[in-house]
Amino acid sequence: MTTDTTTQSTAPAAAPGETVLDARGVTMRFGGLTAVRNVDLHVNSGEIVGLIGPNGAGKTTFFNCLTGLYIPTEGEVRYKGQVLPPKSFKVTAAGIARTFQNIRLFANMTVLENVLVGRHTRTKEGLWSALLRGPGFHKAEAASRARAQELLEFVGLADKAEHLARNLPYGEQRKLEIARALASEPGLLLLDEPTAGMNPQETRATEELVFAIRDQGIAVLVIEHDMRFIFNLCDRVAVLVQGEKLVEGDSATVQGDERVVAAYLGEPFENAPGDEEAAEVEAAETHAGSTADAAPREATDTATGKENDR
Amino acid sequence: MTTTQTTAPEAPRGDAATKPYSLIGIPAPTGRALATGGGALAVVSTFLAWTWTSEFPGDLTVYGYPGGLQVLVLIGGALTALFGLASYGVKGLRALTPGSADSALKLAALGTFVTTWYTIIAISVQLGGLVNLEPGGYVAAAAGLATALGALSLPYERPETEPGDPDDSGWEKFRHSARNAATVFKAGFTTGPVAPPRALPAYAEILVIVVALALGLTVFTYGIGTEYDELFVGFLITTGFAFAAVAKAGLVSRVSALTAKHRNVTLVGAFVAAAAFPFTQSDDQYATIGVYILIFATVALGLNIVVGLAGLLDLGYVAFLGVGAYTAAMVSGSPSSPFDIHLPFWASALLGAAVAMVFGVIIGAPTLRLRGDYLAIVTLGFGEIFRITVLNMDGTSGPDITNGSNGISSIPNLNILGFDFGEEHSIAGFAIGRFANYFLLMLLITLVVVIVFRRSSDSRIGRAWIAIREDETAALAMGINGFRVKLIAFALGAALAGLAGTVQAHVTYTVTPEQYQFAHVVPPNSAFLLAAVVLGGMGTISGPLVGAALLYLIPAKLQFLGDYQLFAFGLALVLLMRFRPEGLIPNRRRQLEFHEETEAPTVLSKAGA
Repeated sequence: MTTDTTTQSTAPAAAPGETVLDARGVTMRFGGLTAVRNVDLHVNSGEIVGLIGPNGAGKTTFFNCLTGLYIPTEGEVRYKGQVLPPKSFKVTAAGIARTFQNIRLFANMTVLENVLVGRHTRTKEGLWSALLRGPGFHKAEAASRARAQELLEFVGLADKAEHLARNLPYGEQRKLEIARALASEPGLLLLDEPTAGMNPQETRATEELVFAIRDQGIAVLVIEHDMRFIFNLCDRVAVLVQGEKLVEGDSATVQGDERVVAAYLGEPFENAPGDEEAAEVEAAETHAGSTADAAPREATDTATGKENDR
Repeated sequence: MTTTQTTAPEAPRGDAATKPYSLIGIPAPTGRALATGGGALAVVSTFLAWTWTSEFPGDLTVYGYPGGLQVLVLIGGALTALFGLASYGVKGLRALTPGSADSALKLAALGTFVTTWYTIIAISVQLGGLVNLEPGGYVAAAAGLATALGALSLPYERPETEPGDPDDSGWEKFRHSARNAATVFKAGFTTGPVAPPRALPAYAEILVIVVALALGLTVFTYGIGTEYDELFVGFLITTGFAFAAVAKAGLVSRVSALTAKHRNVTLVGAFVAAAAFPFTQSDDQYATIGVYILIFATVALGLNIVVGLAGLLDLGYVAFLGVGAYTAAMVSGSPSSPFDIHLPFWASALLGAAVAMVFGVIIGAPTLRLRGDYLAIVTLGFGEIFRITVLNMDGTSGPDITNGSNGISSIPNLNILGFDFGEEHSIAGFAIGRFANYFLLMLLITLVVVIVFRRSSDSRIGRAWIAIREDETAALAMGINGFRVKLIAFALGAALAGLAGTVQAHVTYTVTPEQYQFAHVVPPNSAFLLAAVVLGGMGTISGPLVGAALLYLIPAKLQFLGDYQLFAFGLALVLLMRFRPEGLIPNRRRQLEFHEETEAPTVLSKAGA
């Protein structure tokens, strides 16, 4: 039995600009409902790409098509030129790792064990090696633990390695999910709403973390509702509305696009309030001062509470 | 909308919560003296005669020599007195109760009370009236009552109870107050955090483990050797309360911390202790029970890999034991086997395990794509298919392979390197009979299964099993090939059961299809195997071993239950699932899964196995 352990990243510094992910004409139908319709998306190495859209636009469905949880009805997804197999564990082995919108850690395993499970595809020891405990087993196990500890240090959870995953605070559970995904040494990391329920400080920390991941040569595709986060972070943003890709471009292009605003806020109607009225409202808001200040913080707090309820 | 929450009684209850509270209104110093003295008196009373005739089993008529149930009362009373003195803070005894001396004292005193009164009542009922008691019996009864009353009067912190809702109906109010009363009652037996132990030198720690194991062997040997129903019931009562008391005293967690630290020493020690069992027996009678318990426990431990680690509910597991047993029987040279082959034991053991594994893969491959309940139903079906197929391969309804319902009989005894397992041997002056021989062989098989369980659970594959159990979708997304990993667990479990089956065939002389049913009065069968795993604790090594021992011993010993055995068994399982769903020896992970509301410890030091 081979006991090799690949500790090197599977994506050793892909040449910048090389296409990592290439989804062409992805369509997903559930019976009569078309959740995703003919979406093209590509991600280049060293790039952070954002995917936004109103609720129910099909973002997570599209993610599931990329990671093999769903098999797209039409279209194909290529990772570094290879068509992805339709099994989620094979997709992970190929080099795409993901996190989940509603955190799915192994709650009753320790933080370190969670990351070790993430190392599964990059280690080879099977049952016989576990039973016979040769030198190869101990070497591979030690290497896995060292690598897992490194990753925990990278996301800032090194001192909590022996804690149970369920006891971590919300923000740290998100971080642990990212560490677990990184443990499979991906070339592309898919983040599904990584800052949902986080306060502004935690969101900023996550932003730093995503930049640090990019700097390691891992491309990142991220779904998010927090617009400030996404426009700060992403080199390119794609907007998905009702299963179709509406616009794609850099932050400025997307922010300036009328159709995007319309998709989020609805079409402007006759006699819609124009710039003048907007200015008036703004003036009134600055006037109101303190009350307006308190409001956003409260809003974040309730959001956090809601997320924790899950 | 009107709020129905009453907050008025909040303030006065704040004081009440800090005020010491006790279940019985005896002043605390008196109560403590009563409990301790009662324990001591109970010890003394066991040296008196309790009844005038030796018609009651165990001969309780002798002065100066405790017999039968009196020994159990003696142990209970001594434990009570010991914990009582420890609760006074007597130097040297304080180390006995790192947890809560008061809770330990209460449970020990209750145990003494229940055992004493059970004995007294049993004497009165059996011999027809209280007149059959000697003065010693009255002394014992008084001592038991005194110690229980005294212990229950010990003060403790009354927990906050929830105020009732005045809008509730009468029944709801009753339920509410009952719940509060239960909370208050339970709080009387809580134990605080166990104080960190003083650092001991390694040899002392190992000595503690050895003492604990020797104690375990003694208790087990005593239990297996109980000769009449009353004694066994008394044994169950005493050990139950004593174990609870020792646990509340914090000693169990101390010892388990030590065993977790010295795992290899514990493993070796436990097997030496188990191997010593046949040498403590003068004849083969209890070694027979011992070997059946071991077979049952080993198969349960194999099932624990499938159920406890990988989370696959397998209701047809006993079929793999059957495959192993039939394979071994067919190559044993038995005259009713269709094949005229006689393989040596090592070859037939390997063959049995291999054939069972092949069957595991054949059954697992199509069924493991199902999840949860569906898997359970399909495995149940396959288990029955095995039995019926074997039943029909008798030459009339099918090919003549298994000899149908007659089974394969006259399986010769094993003979390894000239050591005939059917003969009685004399080892170091001890006579070791046929079943004791098989007991020792089976112990080796158990050792193999324990090592396989331990090594596989603490590895890449073991983590994958646990991950699959926790969240299959997330595990798949982490790159775990769920089907493959589950199939490995299933096949490994099957192979271990097959291995145990190869020995079982020789122990029982005959293999018949009836031995491998889903539910049957005699273990092992699939229902009892699963019950042993659930009762003992899923995902642990010692859990299924303890569970199997209890599930085998209790029906074997309580013959008077007769036809109500299965009923009592079902009732016990229902109660267990209600009050302790994680099993007697819980895996720490499992304990957390079942008790979401309690505060989980932040650190999980060992994988719980």
